[in-house]
Amino acid sequence: MAIATATAPLLTGSPPRPRSLATWVVLAVTAAVIIILLAAPGLIAHTGPTATTDDILAPPGGAHWFGTDQLGRDIFSRTVFGARPVLVASLLGVLVATVAGVALGLAAGTAPRWLNAVLMRVIDVLLAIPVLMIALILIATAGSGVASIVIAIGVAFTPGFARVVEASVRKLRSVEYVQAARVFGATSARTSVRHLLPNLMTEVIVLGTSAVGWAVLTATTLSFLGLGVQLPQPDWGTDLAAGATYLSTSWWLSTFPGLAITVTILAANFIGDSLMTALDPRGESLGSGR
Amino acid sequence: MWAFIARRLAAAVPVMIGITFVAFVLIHLVPGSPAKVILYGSQATPQQIANLTSQLGLDQPWWEQYARFLGQLLRGNLGTSYLTQTSVAHELLSRTPSTLILTGSAMVVAIVIGVPLGVLAGARPGSFLDRAARGVSFLGVAIPYFFLALLLVLLLSVRLNWFPSLDDGSFRALVLPAVSLGWGYAAILTRLVRGRIIEEYRSEYVRSAKARGCGEWRILLRHTLRNSSIPAITTIGLQFGNILTGAAVTEVIFGRAGLGSYLATSITSKNIPVVQGAIIVIGLAYVLINLAVDLIVGAVDPRARVA
Repeated sequence: MAIATATAPLLTGSPPRPRSLATWVVLAVTAAVIIILLAAPGLIAHTGPTATTDDILAPPGGAHWFGTDQLGRDIFSRTVFGARPVLVASLLGVLVATVAGVALGLAAGTAPRWLNAVLMRVIDVLLAIPVLMIALILIATAGSGVASIVIAIGVAFTPGFARVVEASVRKLRSVEYVQAARVFGATSARTSVRHLLPNLMTEVIVLGTSAVGWAVLTATTLSFLGLGVQLPQPDWGTDLAAGATYLSTSWWLSTFPGLAITVTILAANFIGDSLMTALDPRGESLGSGR
Repeated sequence: MWAFIARRLAAAVPVMIGITFVAFVLIHLVPGSPAKVILYGSQATPQQIANLTSQLGLDQPWWEQYARFLGQLLRGNLGTSYLTQTSVAHELLSRTPSTLILTGSAMVVAIVIGVPLGVLAGARPGSFLDRAARGVSFLGVAIPYFFLALLLVLLLSVRLNWFPSLDDGSFRALVLPAVSLGWGYAAILTRLVRGRIIEEYRSEYVRSAKARGCGEWRILLRHTLRNSSIPAITTIGLQFGNILTGAAVTEVIFGRAGLGSYLATSITSKNIPVVQGAIIVIGLAYVLINLAVDLIVGAVDPRARVA
């Protein structure tokens, strides 16, 4: 996966500061949209996602912007309400992976040489198993649902994050003030939290942001396979798969959830890229998307 | 070169052993004992379950079980399916070629679209072609392959009737799955190759080649493309695992009988030996491909052999 190939760790310690006004505006609007979609999707969609009407398989039009499905449910409403499971699964999943990856990377980077070798070989093994495969294995054991997808994304993305963090920690360890802290008798844990972690924050934020698009793809793939939210509850991946049956007669059933996924990944990648350019003066790519 | 090959091989062994261990542990992580899963629906007595448990060797210490698992594996035995009682190795082997053909075709699509587009865009940064290529690559990364697959079926199969929407074993039926799966990786390659070409164009050797009077196409094809191909090969090798699992999902959409559909049904029915076998086959394929990539890169670029 892309995270594993990330290059050029950032060693600057300044907090994220997007440079242009446009980036700020995009960030603010995205944050507002995410909050509304998570907290009060009813503000955008006036009907409930499972409410049925007499308009069966109606094409997109004035009454139903995105049309209706085989039970007369409003696709626009389902698309708006379907954002929640996708956003929760991908954002929480990335958060879990970030926390776990940083912890593991710090532990491996500051551990004695033999322990570092053992941990890094374990990470190598996990990186050799494709992300979707790890997610599928975990769901096979934990059962389907949004919570399982969060765990699956969290676990599947952790090794990639840990690999990058460990590499940066090893570089940082030779920096003078870290050496000085050790000379003054700071414990390994204290050095990690007080000196290494603050210097890693910028890189971790960029790493996490650029993984969101990939997490959205993973989450929707899993629900597309029927391993996430179960019908009749709305979810982009589940609805996309369900609408495929009507593809030849009613294209709008699958197309709008699919477009919603595409727009979300586009937005996530755009924000990831802007943050990266804003934070890294050399403008080197950490790799985003898949 | 031989030392390099030996070192790479030695590094692949622990990874492979680790993958077998992950596959082995799985059987103990799944809730419910395997004996109960096998006897599900037959109203088995506790005695029958206990008998089957000891018959499967599940009452022995884990290291003995793991040793036996490895021993069976080395003889090419991946166990028997809980549901059909047939050999998992046989079932997986009969389905692997279809999946590998789709994976390979998707890689070909990615390279055939991604590399030329990246080269042309990188040779003229800022041009119309460059902006078009960047748009295509940005969109290509964002459209999920399963959505692209449905759009292609809708347009090229349902509306225009150019390609079949379901697998019929023909080459034409391979086109839509391969394009929908390969497109996203073409986007990644375009981005990567473009960046490298721009970088190479600024380098000393290109300037001296220009000074010697080399033509633009010659510089592009003989010098910069060759140097940019290494990261492209490495990337496509690293993405192999993702393309392989993507192929598994694409198979389900197009009704192709490969590893993917088999694995998906086995996960829902908790048919653990099949899942274990699939992990090992996919893991092995991934390790072998990356080994091959390392060796190719080592052969093309002598600097890579030292690291």
